[in-house]
Formats: sequence, structure tokens, C-alpha cells
Amino acid sequence: MTDSLEAVFRREAGRCTATLIRLLGDIDRAEEAVAEAFTIAAEQWPIRGVPPNPGGWITTTARNRAIDRLRREATRADRHLAAHRLQSEAMEPDHNPEIADLDAFLDVVADDQLRLMFLCCHPALAADSQVALILRLLGGLETAEIARAFLVPEATMAQRIVRAKRKLHDNHATYRIPRAAELPDRLYAVLGAIYLIYTEGHTATTGTSLTRVDLSTEAIRLGRVLAALMPDEPEAIGLLALMVLSEARRPARMDSRGSMVRLADQDRSLWTRALIEEGHDLVRACLRRNQPGPFQLQAAIAAVHAEAPAAGVTDWSQIVTLYDQLYAIRPNPVVALNRAVAVGSLDGPSAGLDALVVVDLDGYQPYHAARADLLARAGRTDEALAAYTRAIELASNPAEREFLERQRENIADGDL
Amino acid sequence: MPQYLLSVWHDEDYEVDFSTPDAQRQVAQVGAFNEGLQVSGAWVFAGGLRPASSATVVRSTDGDVSMTDGPYAETKEQMGGFWVIQAPDMDAALELGGRAAAACEGPVEVRPLQG
Repeated sequence: MTDSLEAVFRREAGRCTATLIRLLGDIDRAEEAVAEAFTIAAEQWPIRGVPPNPGGWITTTARNRAIDRLRREATRADRHLAAHRLQSEAMEPDHNPEIADLDAFLDVVADDQLRLMFLCCHPALAADSQVALILRLLGGLETAEIARAFLVPEATMAQRIVRAKRKLHDNHATYRIPRAAELPDRLYAVLGAIYLIYTEGHTATTGTSLTRVDLSTEAIRLGRVLAALMPDEPEAIGLLALMVLSEARRPARMDSRGSMVRLADQDRSLWTRALIEEGHDLVRACLRRNQPGPFQLQAAIAAVHAEAPAAGVTDWSQIVTLYDQLYAIRPNPVVALNRAVAVGSLDGPSAGLDALVVVDLDGYQPYHAARADLLARAGRTDEALAAYTRAIELASNPAEREFLERQRENIADGDL
Repeated sequence: MPQYLLSVWHDEDYEVDFSTPDAQRQVAQVGAFNEGLQVSGAWVFAGGLRPASSATVVRSTDGDVSMTDGPYAETKEQMGGFWVIQAPDMDAALELGGRAAAACEGPVEVRPLQG
């Protein structure tokens, strides 16, 4: 029973909060009302059973509680007015003459979630605030859980969330889906925030990982919601494909000692086949639209890796072509770095090092790690050792550091 | 309707020489932007400021008034001018902020007024 309530909460909390924000016009009141509805559910469902439409039950209960609360607090006429408006507000198909069928009703609720995603990822908010808000409001995570996930003190995270909500409130931010002209930029903010949540979960390999909320799973869930809400946006599908294909490799990313295993050395039989197949289907579906974008191209690259039964038979020429396309759209140094690594696999380490010349990423661990590997393969051992030393200095978690130290030892022993 | 302060920020030693082509272009751009604000009804009030070195900080402690020379904030950047505009919501205000930044060719801070 408690499991089932928890499952409903994971699935529905974001959706219900999104609708309540529209109805109440206030984020804090909406969160309060939804929390209250779940408390009532925890009391009633074990006795009366789970209602047939749990999400609808929670939303309706939250709305009714909000009406009661507004009435109780209604010392001023405008509060009465708000309660009245709320009561007559479109909510369920049978309460709203304008929404005749269930599909139309579901569209309204879906729009609420989309609106909330765009609100959480407003470009006027810092990236860490966007991510915190989306996890709090759409993921339904507790502030303490988000704080743990990002390894910051709970007070810091609480302040970040309060400040972001207050900024939106003080600035009279509206709850709407961006206009067509603003959509590309605003959509990228949403995609970027979800991907940031994914990568944060993906690289979180510190010893405390067991106590951390699984951010990767949550990001994929949000990615699925977004892809379902925006089926005509190939980049939304591309992001989901990228996350799913990366997730498929997760069981092979760490060895039994908790050390990182790089792609070339992974035991591919450990990869999750179902996720790879889903990822391939998604990549095909979005590429068919012929509107390539950064997430679709990165997903396509991940799909090429996933297709190779062994690292040695990877289709590197296709991967270099995809990186060329990606660099044409996003000419940034990290893309150039990844492209250079692919060139190094296709045409040999010297070609890879040549491609690396244009890359200036001195403070970036993966740059030094990639350069060290190319130098070692090119037989430039001393330079390779120095590059590994720099990479180890910059490593941000123990698994990475352990991997890099092992690599350096192997070269020092002349055992590549 | 909500009101917002749009402030323009310069280096502290910034002083406009209105005879330069750059300054004249900016003045023309800001003039056109202001006209647009007035036509659309977003205009409330605006003004350019003399250099920060012309400022005086006045303090009152128990009826005693003291003065110090120079701007309050001892920062490298100082406010060079501002608009107070009214806009229906944050996105509308930020859009006007973007146009203001383009007109004066400098960063513009958008900040909501109370009330």
C-alpha cells in the first residue's frame, strides 16, 4: 500500500503541482495543497482503496483543500473571489462544459506540466536554480533529497529554491508556453537542465552514491514526460535517446572495485539491451524528421557505439562525420575534443593529436586524459605521463582519479 | 501594471563625449527606443546620469547629517542611467530590457519595483 502511494507520488506529484500552480497562481500555495492532498491519501487509501484515477483524485482534493484554506483565510473580498474562481475553474471534464472530452482535458493538464517546465527553466534563473526547481516542483523531490543529490548543505539548497521562487514571484513571471519565436531558446534551456540532471547522476560515483537520489533515473523520467508533451520536437526525442543510450552502458561503467571503465574496455554483454533498442528506435524516429540538432547528433553517436559488438569494430568514420555535423552546429571546444578522440581512433593517435591542437581546455580533466591517451599511443611516453598527472590533479571524483592513476602506472611500467 | 527599473551600467570612469560618432549613434538609438516606449505606453520615467564621481552620499544619524564625496558603492561599475517602465509580466520587461541594452550598447539590469 505504502509502495503504491509512493509510486503515485513519483508519477503524479509534478503533474498535480503544475495544475495547481495554474489554478492558484502561486507556487507555494500549490505545493502546500498537493502535499496536503497526499497526506489525506495516506490516511484514506489504506482504508477505502486507491481510487481509479489517483492523479485526478489528488488534483481535485488539492484544489478543494485550497478552496477551504482560501475561505478560512478570507478576511478580504479578493480572497472570496479567488476561492469562487477556483471552484468554477476548469478542472475535470464533468465540471467544465468547455472541455467536452477526456482528451481535451488531458491536453490542458499536459500543458500545465509543460508550462511548469518552461517556468522552472526560465533563462533569468541560474542553471543550478533551474535544476533545483525542476526537481522540486516537477520531480516532487524534497529539498533535503535534492541537496543530498548535489552534495550541498540542505540550507544552501533551501535558500536556492526559495530565492528562485521569490524571483519568479517578484518579477511577475507568467505561467505560459513560450511563443514560437522564443521557443527554440527556451526549449534548449529545458533540455539543458534535464541533461544536467542526467549527467550529474551519471558522474556521481563518490562513495556516498548509495544515499543519493537517483538523478539519472529522474532525468530520464522527466525526459520521457517532455518527449511525450512535445512529440513534434525532434530535439526532445534526441535528448531522451541520448540519456537512454548512455544509461544502457551504466552496468559496465564501473568494475567490481568501483573503478571507472572507459567505453573501449567495457564488457558490452553487460549493456542493457532493452534500453539500447529503445534508444535506436528513438534515434531513427527523430533523424527521420531531418532537423538535426545537438542532442539528436549526440544520440546518433551513442547509437553507433551501441551498435558495435566490440570496441574494435566501431564505425569510427561515421562517428567522425557525426562530430563534424555537431561541430558545425555547436562549435565549442568540448565537441572539438570529442571529435579529436574519434579522429585518433579512425586515423591513428598522431591524427588525433593534430585535431587536438585547436582545442584549448586547460582546466578540463577529460582534455588532459584524452591527450594523455593519444600521446601514450603515439609513443610519446614522457608527455603522456605529464598529461595524466595534470588530469589526476583535475579529477573530481575518486573513481575517475583511480582510473587515471592506473592508466599512468601502466604507461610508466611500459605496459600500454 | 507591474513596474520595473532598467538600469544601464558603465565602468566608473566612463564619461560620454557626445561629439563622437559612437555616442551620437547611441543617443539616436536610445531616442528611438524612448519614443517606442511612449507610443506603447510602457514609459514611466527615464534619465541619463552624470558620472558617478559627481555623486555625494548623505547620511543622517540622530539628526546629524554628514556627507561623503563620491558614489555609495565603491565598485568598478556604476549606474549610468535608467528607465522605469511598466510591463504586463517578467518576459515583457526582459524583452524591453534587451532592446534597451541594444540601444545603449551596454548591459542593462532589469529589476521589479515593489507593489
